[in-house]
Amino acid sequence: MDAAQYAENFLQALTAGLLTGAIYGLMCVGLSLIFGVMRVINFAQGDFMMLGMYAALYATAWLGGGPAAPWIAALLAGPMIFVVGVLSHRLLISRVTGLRSTALAADGHYAQLILTLGLALILQNGGLTVFGSAPVSIATPLSSSAWELGPLLGDRISVFVNQGQTVGAVIALLAVAAFVVLMNRSRLGKSLRAAADNPVAAIYMGIDVERAHRLAFGLGVGITAVGGGLLATVYPFQPYIGLEYVIVMYAGVVLGGLGSVTGAFAGGLVIGLVQQLSTLVLPNQLQNTAIFVVFLAVVLLRPQGLFGRAARRT
Amino acid sequence: MSLAASSRRHAVPIALFGVAYALVTLATGNEYHQLILTLVPVWAVMGLSWNLFSGYSGLVSFGHAAFFGLGAYFVALAQVQWGMTPWIGIPIAGALGGLAGLIVGLPTFRLRGHYFALAMLAYPLALLYVFEWLGYQELTLPMEREHPAAFMQFADHRVYALLALAAMLASMWLTSVLERGRFGLVLTAMKQDEAAAEAAGIDPRAWKLRAIVLSGALAGAIGGFYAVVLLVVTPQAVFGMLVSSQALIVAMFGGVGTVWGPVIGAVVLVPLSELLHARLGNEIPGIQGVVYGVAIIAVILLAPEGVVWKLRDLRQRRASAANANVAPTAIVADDAPASARTIGPTLLEVSGVSIAFGGLKALDGVSLRVATGEILGIIGPNGAGKTTLFNALNGFLRPAAGSIVFDGREITGQPPHRICAAGVGRTFQVVRPFRRMTVFENVLAGAFVHEPDEIRARAIAVDALDQVGLRAIEAVSAGGLSNRDLRLLEIARALAGRPKLLLLDETLAGLDTEGVEAVLAVVKRLAARGTTVVIIEHTMPAMVRLADRLVVLDHGAVLAEGAPEAITRNPDVIDAYLGKRWRTGDAVDR
Repeated sequence: MDAAQYAENFLQALTAGLLTGAIYGLMCVGLSLIFGVMRVINFAQGDFMMLGMYAALYATAWLGGGPAAPWIAALLAGPMIFVVGVLSHRLLISRVTGLRSTALAADGHYAQLILTLGLALILQNGGLTVFGSAPVSIATPLSSSAWELGPLLGDRISVFVNQGQTVGAVIALLAVAAFVVLMNRSRLGKSLRAAADNPVAAIYMGIDVERAHRLAFGLGVGITAVGGGLLATVYPFQPYIGLEYVIVMYAGVVLGGLGSVTGAFAGGLVIGLVQQLSTLVLPNQLQNTAIFVVFLAVVLLRPQGLFGRAARRT
Repeated sequence: MSLAASSRRHAVPIALFGVAYALVTLATGNEYHQLILTLVPVWAVMGLSWNLFSGYSGLVSFGHAAFFGLGAYFVALAQVQWGMTPWIGIPIAGALGGLAGLIVGLPTFRLRGHYFALAMLAYPLALLYVFEWLGYQELTLPMEREHPAAFMQFADHRVYALLALAAMLASMWLTSVLERGRFGLVLTAMKQDEAAAEAAGIDPRAWKLRAIVLSGALAGAIGGFYAVVLLVVTPQAVFGMLVSSQALIVAMFGGVGTVWGPVIGAVVLVPLSELLHARLGNEIPGIQGVVYGVAIIAVILLAPEGVVWKLRDLRQRRASAANANVAPTAIVADDAPASARTIGPTLLEVSGVSIAFGGLKALDGVSLRVATGEILGIIGPNGAGKTTLFNALNGFLRPAAGSIVFDGREITGQPPHRICAAGVGRTFQVVRPFRRMTVFENVLAGAFVHEPDEIRARAIAVDALDQVGLRAIEAVSAGGLSNRDLRLLEIARALAGRPKLLLLDETLAGLDTEGVEAVLAVVKRLAARGTTVVIIEHTMPAMVRLADRLVVLDHGAVLAEGAPEAITRNPDVIDAYLGKRWRTGDAVDR
């Protein structure tokens, strides 16, 4: 393989990495919000994403399949899964998190893990019962068309940019931007940040921390569901897909530094890049191994994340 | 109770359970039920393996599939490639699992809490894809028709169930022995307060490594056995997320940190999920997982720490209703006169120690000496750097500059457990007992520093309890003690490490007059017996009575030092700390 061919492959992988990375980034932002505010490892995050994918699938059909239908459906998945998340929190998660967790062994970590694992099992297997096991996907009119960048360097290199994926990445970026504005400007965002920073002090300031947690959980799974809806236009999916992505998401969130919104987005972007660029040097099957190796290296060498500040050890 | 007696006490129910299980197995004719009877102990061992590490250390592992899968693939590959029988392969798989535990543990123990849990998740999943890539998507163990038994292949499937049962009973016995001994005590202490455990001379890393090596070995061996039972090994089946979750689910369901918890979890959940799958799997795909999920959620909401702990709590509540009152502690008589002490050569020499937090200089070139046998008091306003100094002395913080020489040896920057072993004990400003352990266990955890032998360590712990007068309440859980008893308990825990130097951080804080007298008496007596004491305290009258010498810290630097009478008259000290009412000089008597 000559240099031009290599450069073309590299640029192609870079493009694909950035486009999927943006969607991963959005998914990571949702997870990071939950972890940042509640300090809970939500194992069911991937399965809420899966629900978002199916919500988008049905919403697309309901919208009647116009050219913009898949994207609108992906956005609609957000509020739908928000409701599911708020209910799950109210009925289940709140029993073992927040102020109640201090009464439990290990601050309730065991209880939280097993509860969200149980929730993940129910969603996956309930999904299997309801949606069936056959992989499905959301077709968009743009999925099969691409812009050609180039030819560059004479006529030896051209890079194809998938139009459907580009639209998805742009929507992901806009959603993250909207979320950042919400967190920094609105009263809701302030109360979420206060509850994350010091729940006890937040209570004294008249913030309903229980409600903040509920909204954070709902928003977190809702945001991830939008990411899932966008991803559903790129890859086929089935009810067990959450398992794979919960790890991708945690890798991204840890990479960006647990609890930081912009860090989480950047972390997701990096994961997308690692996944795609690794195909240049590694066999396809080892894409995910590459993610885990990078993840482990970052966790071990820079536990505060690539973009986080060093925390003092106590 | 001696170790031998306690393990015998555990051995009886384990043996009874084993006999009952074996009888049920022998009476089962259906091959599918025999398989379930084999899988129950397999997952119980996996749960026990997870429990041995995560249950006692409190570090949640999502990665036990790594050890399990390596064991399974080793046994399968060894038989396929080299014709090695599983009878040899499984023990080697165990060794391999232990080695994998060591390799995983060495870097990963730098992480704590959530980071540790998430990092552990990555190991089996990385391995999963590697094994897929290597082309072992489906590895079948060859049938050995010549010598089936020599290759662990039996026509009668009840043999597998009995072998699995033997592995489970052995794992339960191992867990019960370890739980009762130093292993369980030290890990439980670390789980509750790692920093306090470190200050009491426990090396957290070494103990975590021991735990993960043992745990990995169990998981590797049972993984190897699993390969033999199923005859087919796939990456998903042995490295998949479900393997790790199953291990932690059976343990958490039954009760973390117990011998019976993982077994109860496996006995209830494995047949439940298998039978549901067999009965309803065709009509309602996924019903097994849904019911499984609902079952564990229900348990976690009703008994967040597992079935065994719930039962234990219920029983204890009934028992404590019967005898609600705990005998109060005896006040120790102040029998040794302070004047009996002899002040010797320098024991601790601190020179130019500086520590900064960001831009704040918490300690700025602090130098001081402590002589053998002396009681040195450290006073100063809040934020002067007193506790920071202690943290530097016992190794919690590494000084940016300066040196600390203790007993003729440089100890600057050494880890806390090594400094404790060198002879520095400490207590904490905010008490840090191991709340879910008894008074005796708290002190025993500190007694292993110089005495690996359990019987002699127990004698040391008894002696330390005698010295502070807590012997009468040694069986009480530390979580229910009064402030005074907690202060005394911390002193006893430090004493159990046979310290030459005792660092007491505001030991009198929050005590009433009677409590202050009791603790003062203990401290004086320790000093009279030759322990050197450095004490931080705000109560000046107590300090003046107790200390031979005072050092005043202000803004991270030594402001003054000298005899208590001189210090209370020093105008700088009065301005910086004591306040004007000390100017008249008559307040010492109050």
